[in-house]
Amino acid sequence: MTQQAITIAVFLAVGLLFWMVALAASHLARPRRPSATKETAYECGIKPFGRAWYQVHVRYYIYALLFVLFDVEVAFLFPWATIFRRLSGFEIFLLVDVLIFLVVLVFGLVYAWRKGALEWE
Amino acid sequence: MNELLRILLTVVGVLLGVMTLAPGLIWGERRLLALWQDRCGPNRVGPFGSLQLVADMIKILTKEDWIPPFADKPVFIIAPSIIVTATLSSFAVVVFAPGIAVADLNIGVLFFLAMSAMAVYSVALGGWASNNKYALLGSIRAVGQMLSYEVFMALSLMGVVALSGSFSFGDIVEAQRDLWFCVPQCLGLAVFFIAALAETRRVPLDLPEAESELVAGYHTEYSGMKFAMFFLGEYIGVTLNAVIIVALFFGGWHGPWLPPVVWFLLKTLAVIGLFVLIRASLPRPRYDQLMEFGWKALLPLALLNLLATGAIILARGG
Repeated sequence: MTQQAITIAVFLAVGLLFWMVALAASHLARPRRPSATKETAYECGIKPFGRAWYQVHVRYYIYALLFVLFDVEVAFLFPWATIFRRLSGFEIFLLVDVLIFLVVLVFGLVYAWRKGALEWE
Repeated sequence: MNELLRILLTVVGVLLGVMTLAPGLIWGERRLLALWQDRCGPNRVGPFGSLQLVADMIKILTKEDWIPPFADKPVFIIAPSIIVTATLSSFAVVVFAPGIAVADLNIGVLFFLAMSAMAVYSVALGGWASNNKYALLGSIRAVGQMLSYEVFMALSLMGVVALSGSFSFGDIVEAQRDLWFCVPQCLGLAVFFIAALAETRRVPLDLPEAESELVAGYHTEYSGMKFAMFFLGEYIGVTLNAVIIVALFFGGWHGPWLPPVVWFLLKTLAVIGLFVLIRASLPRPRYDQLMEFGWKALLPLALLNLLATGAIILARGG
């Protein structure tokens, strides 16, 4: 396990080296000619107005909440999936278990659906 | 010492493979798109335009790499390298053939999912740090889309894990010796494929960079080598997802006559071709349609797939 972790670290280090070299090469080769027009944000040719760090639609926040809810569910389901075939004789209990778990979660999904959390308006 | 040499050789081999396949894919995709859309495509530089890529690389190296004075500079620089690192690191856990893997982690699938979630940071931070309205809109769209499809992607893999009883890519491919998982897991494959399109932000699900609405989305302000990193990150992502689909659903290295690695490569190229064909043929949905389709169709389908897989394993007696 430790050896594998080290191997992956080596892999990443070599991979990053590629990019360091690429960035360094471009740093040496690229020109730099700033001008007043170039220093403005790109807004299709119109003079930019106001700041760009503004508020975004609250919908995205709701999707983030849904993500947290269902990704935690996935985290709970993964151990179930690995163990499912190994406990021969107990599968029926495991299936009923996960059925109860999923029914509770699907109930949550239906609730969100009925409340309109999945609609985009 | 021998062991160390073997590890180093695989590391360099896998990296070189990915680093040739992913940029080569840019040329291959343009040629294929041209073929399917009845155009010529790049055909001037080298035989069949195959040196177009070299020309593009030289060009992008000598382009001005502009950092906007109004941007959040450190974040702006770090963001593009996150996507490359995150997508590249997933290749470390894939088993390409018996014995050819950087590290066959026993939590390989989890590692892949974790790393593809890391790619969200790159897009989110890059768009936010640009301090440009189009970039912010693109990145916030990307976050919503990628987070949502991350859930469906993980759920669709649950059936594969249940069938093979392991997270390790080696074990999963070995479990497909008799029957590829694309048959019992066809529903999971469909969900995973759509989620993979959304995760890599490919046409038709490229809403974070929809040209007709958002210029270039989250990388509007990027240029030169940093833009190239975002671009390459996307293509490495496509290669990665094709590799994952081959390993988890299409029997990995299994196949008659040819050596295992060749089979793996051929299957990967076929899946990449499918990605390109989809790009050539399908229009882009609206953002609300994309999200509603995900939460209302893909999520129930993935859950159903999981339950059905469990029931079938039970009925067949383990």
